[in-house]
Amino acid sequence: MTPRPEATSTATTLGPDDVRTVGTPVDGHVPDVAPDLAWDDRRLHYDLVAPANRRRFTVIVVGTGLAGAGAAAALGELGYQVECFTLHDAPRRAHSVAAQGGINAARARKVDNDSLHRFVKDTVKGGDFRGREADAFRLAQESVRVIDHMNAIGAPFAREYGGRLATRSFGGVQVSRTYYTRGQTGQQLQVAGADALLRQVARGTVTLHTRQEMLDLVVADGRAQGVVVRDLVTGKVRAVTAHAVILATGGYGNIYDKSTLARNSNATAAWRAHRRGAYFANPAFVQFHPTALPLMSQWQSKTILMSESLRNDGRIWVPLRADDDRAPQDVPEDERDYYLERRYPTFGNLTPRDVASRAARERIDAGYGVGPLKNAVYLDFADAIARLGKDAVVARYSNLFHMYQQATGDDPLSTPMRIAPGAHFAMGGLWSDYDLMTSVPGLFVGGEVGWGYHGANRLGANSLLSACVDGWFTLPYAVPSYLAPLLGTPALAPDHDAVAESLDAVRSRTGRLLSTGGTQGPARFHRRLGEILYRSAGVTRTPEGLAEGIADVRALREEFWQDVRVTGEGDVLNQELERAGRVADYLEMAELLCVDALDRDESCGAHFRADHQTPGGEAQRDDAAWCRVSAWESPAPGATDARFVRHDEPLTFQAVPLQTRNYA
Amino acid sequence: MKLTLEVWRQRDAVSPGAFETYEVTDATPEMTLLELLDRLNDQLVVEGREPVAFESDCREGICGCCGMDVDGRPHGPQANTPSCEQHVRSFQDGDRVVLEPLRSAAFPVVRDLVVDRSALDRVIQAGGHVAVDAGTAPDADATTVGYLTAEEALDFAACIGCGACVAACPNGSAMLFTGARITHLAKLPQTRAERGTRARSMVAQMEHDFGPCSTYGECAIVCPAGIPLSAIAAVGKERMRAFLRNRAD
Repeated sequence: MTPRPEATSTATTLGPDDVRTVGTPVDGHVPDVAPDLAWDDRRLHYDLVAPANRRRFTVIVVGTGLAGAGAAAALGELGYQVECFTLHDAPRRAHSVAAQGGINAARARKVDNDSLHRFVKDTVKGGDFRGREADAFRLAQESVRVIDHMNAIGAPFAREYGGRLATRSFGGVQVSRTYYTRGQTGQQLQVAGADALLRQVARGTVTLHTRQEMLDLVVADGRAQGVVVRDLVTGKVRAVTAHAVILATGGYGNIYDKSTLARNSNATAAWRAHRRGAYFANPAFVQFHPTALPLMSQWQSKTILMSESLRNDGRIWVPLRADDDRAPQDVPEDERDYYLERRYPTFGNLTPRDVASRAARERIDAGYGVGPLKNAVYLDFADAIARLGKDAVVARYSNLFHMYQQATGDDPLSTPMRIAPGAHFAMGGLWSDYDLMTSVPGLFVGGEVGWGYHGANRLGANSLLSACVDGWFTLPYAVPSYLAPLLGTPALAPDHDAVAESLDAVRSRTGRLLSTGGTQGPARFHRRLGEILYRSAGVTRTPEGLAEGIADVRALREEFWQDVRVTGEGDVLNQELERAGRVADYLEMAELLCVDALDRDESCGAHFRADHQTPGGEAQRDDAAWCRVSAWESPAPGATDARFVRHDEPLTFQAVPLQTRNYA
Repeated sequence: MKLTLEVWRQRDAVSPGAFETYEVTDATPEMTLLELLDRLNDQLVVEGREPVAFESDCREGICGCCGMDVDGRPHGPQANTPSCEQHVRSFQDGDRVVLEPLRSAAFPVVRDLVVDRSALDRVIQAGGHVAVDAGTAPDADATTVGYLTAEEALDFAACIGCGACVAACPNGSAMLFTGARITHLAKLPQTRAERGTRARSMVAQMEHDFGPCSTYGECAIVCPAGIPLSAIAAVGKERMRAFLRNRAD
C-alpha cells in the first residue's frame, strides 16, 4: 500500500470557525399550511402548461435510474421534449437496479395499524428529525400510486396465494408495508422504468443519449439552462441547452471507495452543479449499511450489500469473549452475545440501520469481531431454519444466499454469514426546496442526488420509493409550474457566453488531467481517500479525527494534481480519464463532507459524534442548536476567504413532535 | 497464484485488434475475475501502459454491464455466473487465460473488452414495454395474480440484459433475451392488453439484428440469471398466438 501523507501539525487545532462562515438562511418554500395538507395546497397553486404548448419546452434529464427514467418518461408522456443522458450503455444499468429489499408504500391495507400518518412518523423519526416533515407527507401521499403504476408497467411484485400483493416488514418499523419482488425489487422496478423510458424514445418524445457523461452545468441569467456532456466513446465535448435541467444522478457513497455502490456511481454531475451555485445539503449524512460483506482482501473492489430483509429472520451475534477464535458452530449458545436483542429488546435485529451499524462497529472495535480479519459480526439463520424449515428460509432468501456463497465461498445454510457496516446511501445531496428545485432556478433534483426525506438516516425500503415518487409523481407537477412563465422564451442559444465558458472549463479540466504526467493512477488516490474517510468520517466521528481528515484530504488533493497519471488519449473510450475526473471531484467534496461533520456539533442518525452520546452510548441530538439543514456553498476559486459558507434552513415539526429516538 | 492473461486489445471500433500477453503473479483465489483485471490495470499504469478497458458496475451480478469471453466462453468457466462473480479460484496456478470481448456480429467492439449491446435495447424499444402512462394505473390489487404466476413471471423477469446468451450462441441469436421479456410480460394479467402486438414487434426487431435460433441451448448454460430454455419455446408460441388471433392482446 502507498503510505499516506502525515497530517499537518496544525490539523488538530482546526475548529469549525476556521473552515466555514455562516451565510443567509435558505427558504424551503413549504406551503404555509399544516404539513399533511401541503402537497394538496401546492398542487392547487402550481401553474400549468397547456397540452399544445408542452412540446415547446425542452427539459434535460441526467440519469436513468428510478428517478431519472421516471421523470423523463412521465414528462415525455405529458408531451414535453426531453433530452435524457446516461453514462451507461443502456438505461437499465443505472444503480437503482441493484437495490434488493423492497419499496415502502403507505397503503395501509392490513389491520396491523399502519396508516399514512404512521408512515410519516416512522420516516421522520427514522430520519432523526433532520428531514422536512412536509416532504415526508408528500412522499407518503404519492407512495400509494407508485405501487399501482410500477405494477401496471410490468414489475412482478410478490403476491400472496390469494393473488393480492404481498408485503413484508423492514428495519425501523413495526408494521408490514414493504412491497417486494424476491430480492430483486430494484431490478424489477428499474427495468420496468427503463422500458417505460424506451417507450417514449420510440414515441419520439425522449431523445436518449447513452455513454455520455455530464461534466458541467450551464447557468445563464441566473437560471440552469443546459449541461455540458462528454461522449465517452469519441471524447467529443458539447453543450445541450434546455428550459430546465433535472439531475437524477444518484448518491455519492462511492466517495468512500469501498462502498456498496456500483463502481461507476459518482458525484461529478452533482458536484459540478454545486460549483455552479447549487447548495449542497448535509454531506456528512452517509448511511453505513449494517449488512454489507466485510473486506476480505486487498483487491476487493467493494463491500457487497446483502439485503437487510435478512434481518427479519437472521439473528446477529458475536462471541461473548473477545478474540474468540472458535468456529461459530463451536461457540455454545450461552457464550454468544445477541447484542441487538440484548440492547434493543423491542426492535431486536430490526433496529434501524444506523443503530445496527453503530452497535456492530462498537463490538468490532471492542475486539469481538469475527472472521479472519476480525472485522465482522455473524448473521445467523440456524434458528430460522429450525423454526421454519430449510425450504421456507431458502424460498425467502435464495438469491441472497446464492450471492453470499458466490462472494465468499461459504454456505449460509450451514455457517452464519459474516457482515459488517459499509458506506451505502447518501442522505445528503444537492439542497432543494419543497418543489425539488435547487438554489439555482431551473435546476431540479430527483432521488438520491438530492437531500430530501431521509434526514440524518434512511429507513430501509424508503429509497426506491423516494426515487419513484420524485421521478413519476413530483417532478411532473413541479417542473411544468416552473416552465409555465417561460412560454415563448427559446432555449438558450448555443453560442451564448455561458455555454462557451462551461465548454472551456470542461475542456481545460480534461486537458489538465491528461497532461499532468504524474506517477499514480486515479484508482490509487481513490483508495487512499476512502481510507481517510472511513478513518475520520466513518461510523463514529470525533472533532480531532475530522480536523485531521480535512488536512489529509487537502494534502491528498494537492498530491493528486501534482502526481496523477492518466494514460491514453481524450478522443477515445478512456476509463482512466473518466475515473480521474470523478476522483478529482471526490477530493473536493470530501473536504466539505468532513467540514459538515466537524461543524454539526451533535449526533444524529448516521452522523454519530463520539463527543455527543448518552451515558448508554446512544446518539445525543441537540435540537436547540441543530434542528436545521446545513446547505453549503463552496468558496469561489481564488477567493480570499477560502472557507465554506453554511446557509441554514430551520426545520419545524408539527405532526411528529420532536422526540428522542428510542428503539429499546 | 501466477496467471498469464491473453487479453484482446483494440483501440476503437475501426482499428484492428490483437492479443497481448500479461502476467499477474500475485493473484489470489478469492479475487473475482474483474478484480484480477483491476490488479492487472494497476500494474499497467505503474508501467506507464494503458490499462485494459472493460465494463463493470454493480459487481453484484445484477446490472448486466460486465461480460467477456473467458477461454471462449461468455462470462467464464463457472456456469450461470456473471463475470463479476467468477473467481480466480476457478483457475489453477500457472494457468493461461484468454480474455476477449463478447463475440457476436450484433455487438461491435467499442474498445478492448467493451462491446456495444444497443441491439438488445432496440428489441425492447420495439415493444418490450407497457402502454400505461403515469397516474393512470388501476389499483394493483384490482387484478389478482396467483402466487405461482407471479413467481413464474419473475423467473423470466430476472434477465439482466448482459448479452452472454447472444455471445454463446453459434448463430448469434437473441432468442433467450427476447423470450425472457416476452414471457415475463405475457404471464402477467395486467400487461396483457398488448400481448400480441408486443410479440410481433419484438420478434421482428430481434430477427433484424440477430441470427436465428437452432436450439443449441448454449445460451441457457451461460445465462447468469438462469433463464430457462422454455423462454425460447415461448417466442415461437407467442408469435404463433399473435398470428392466429390477429389481435392486439
